[in-house]
Amino acid sequence: MYVIGERINGMFVDIKRAIQEKNEDPIRSWAERQIAAGADALDVNVGPATSKQTEALLWMTDIIRRVSADVPLAIDNAKWEVMQEVIPRVPGPKIINSSKADEEALQRYCALAAEHGCSLIALTIDARGVPADVDSRVMMGATIVTKALEAGLTPDRVFIDPIIIPINCAPKQPVAVMKALEQLKILSDPPPHLVLGLSNVSQGSAKRELINRTYMAMAIAAGLDSAIMDPCDKELMDTAITAEMLMEKMIYCDSYLEAYRANRRGTPA
Amino acid sequence: MTVPDVTEKYAAALNTVTIGATKEQGGTRAKTITVGGSAGLPWLRFEGRPGHPPVIAIEVWDTGAETWPDQLKEAYGPAMNGLADWCRKAVEFGADLICLKLMGTHPDAGNRSPEQAAESVRTCLEAVGVPLIVWGCGVYEKDNRVLPKCTEAAKGENCLFGTIVEKNYATLVAACLAGGHKIIAESPLDINIAKQVNILASDAGFPLQDIVMFPTTGALGYGLEYVYSIQERMRLAALGGDRQLQQPILCDVGMEAWRAKESKIPQKEAPTWGPAERRGPIWEAVTATNLLQSGGDILVMRHPEAIRMVRKTIERLTGA
Repeated sequence: MYVIGERINGMFVDIKRAIQEKNEDPIRSWAERQIAAGADALDVNVGPATSKQTEALLWMTDIIRRVSADVPLAIDNAKWEVMQEVIPRVPGPKIINSSKADEEALQRYCALAAEHGCSLIALTIDARGVPADVDSRVMMGATIVTKALEAGLTPDRVFIDPIIIPINCAPKQPVAVMKALEQLKILSDPPPHLVLGLSNVSQGSAKRELINRTYMAMAIAAGLDSAIMDPCDKELMDTAITAEMLMEKMIYCDSYLEAYRANRRGTPA
Repeated sequence: MTVPDVTEKYAAALNTVTIGATKEQGGTRAKTITVGGSAGLPWLRFEGRPGHPPVIAIEVWDTGAETWPDQLKEAYGPAMNGLADWCRKAVEFGADLICLKLMGTHPDAGNRSPEQAAESVRTCLEAVGVPLIVWGCGVYEKDNRVLPKCTEAAKGENCLFGTIVEKNYATLVAACLAGGHKIIAESPLDINIAKQVNILASDAGFPLQDIVMFPTTGALGYGLEYVYSIQERMRLAALGGDRQLQQPILCDVGMEAWRAKESKIPQKEAPTWGPAERRGPIWEAVTATNLLQSGGDILVMRHPEAIRMVRKTIERLTGA
């Protein structure tokens, strides 16, 4: 599972305050903690903290790069102008988070990713908005893969996010996303990565952690191999590791959780 | 039409393990042996770095070899009556290593003392210059008293000591750490337990890179295919990056092959089976070559004729 740590996001109160007060400590601390907990990449998002988004992103990525020169950074911003400015100026591996699936947007974002050696997260949303069903997600996924390959991005650099919508407003969506994952998985060989902003499934509901954990396992079974999630949530990580073990992505042993973490860290168990 | 390239690219490679220490390294071996290191499936040299060629260790016992089949006693002759002579004969027959099994220490078969076992280890080290594997009798309480004396007697020689199992590993781990030796991690034809034993050893402070795996061996007709499939799965997991399954593999070919009735019974009892003098070595050689195909790195063998055949196979496979 390719874990993208979600915590450095201005929608969290402590990050919002840190951005506004130019306090480096929370940014640095969350970078260290997420990496230690097993994040493969860190999402970096200004959220509602400030309108000076380019400046804030560069400030945050600079702090994180002092923690780690090579942890991939998912630059998370909806504006093309901001992405275009930030990507060339952040050193080290990066993921562009994100492009929508309409051809015009994909053209621009894929070119940017190809030019700077980045990976790209593309959402199955187009001009018509958030997808309602399985078929539209899969069709957009096909467009994403085609455009990415045309621009010279190999499938391992493409992340497709089929958009999970909260269960308490869209009861049919969790199943639709699972069905979409199954079909998106076969769009290319090797397949693109399939990613979800996992905690969205429980946005506004009770029992958030239980719902997130359960949906994580279900989505992995359907083909999810990446998530924007909280790597410091040990139970959620344990669930993801267990689901992958049950999908035969690693050999079981009694200490399989410990073995997975030791393997990732590159240190002895 | 160009044929598409279907070679696989693997994320990781197997560990290498070196056994033995020369004078410069603090031991008395004439040379060291290194195994492992492959970056692809066995013998598919076009797919990845092939690693070190497999090696053959010849099995000797401290005492008790009177029970061995006649073909083996004939092959070694009177040399089998003394441990030092037996080791020298084994090296003549091409042993890359000696594998000393302390079967005489078994409570039901001699019950030799830890001191006597340590003496046997010293005898082997003095008799020949090849690296040494030392293997206990398999009774945990006895091994836990015998093997630490042996690791101490062989201190500095970087031997390969065995075995640790899931239920008994702490004593030998501590002894090998103190004596600077490598360890054989044994599992009962169960890849999940194999992985667990490596983790237990590592948690107890023993480096994963200093372990050789022994997944248990079954001869031709006695579980060979299952051993093959386990070794194959170990190799695939290793190449996929599982650091608790990247250790080289040891196969106990001689002991298992010569257990089989097919290697031993005289032709007059099974007329269609051919002469036993050929049948036994062939049974051992076929067991060995099958396990070579699934990634055996150290083959512990007995009959010189089987060893000759397997050596030839290894040479042809490595293109030597």
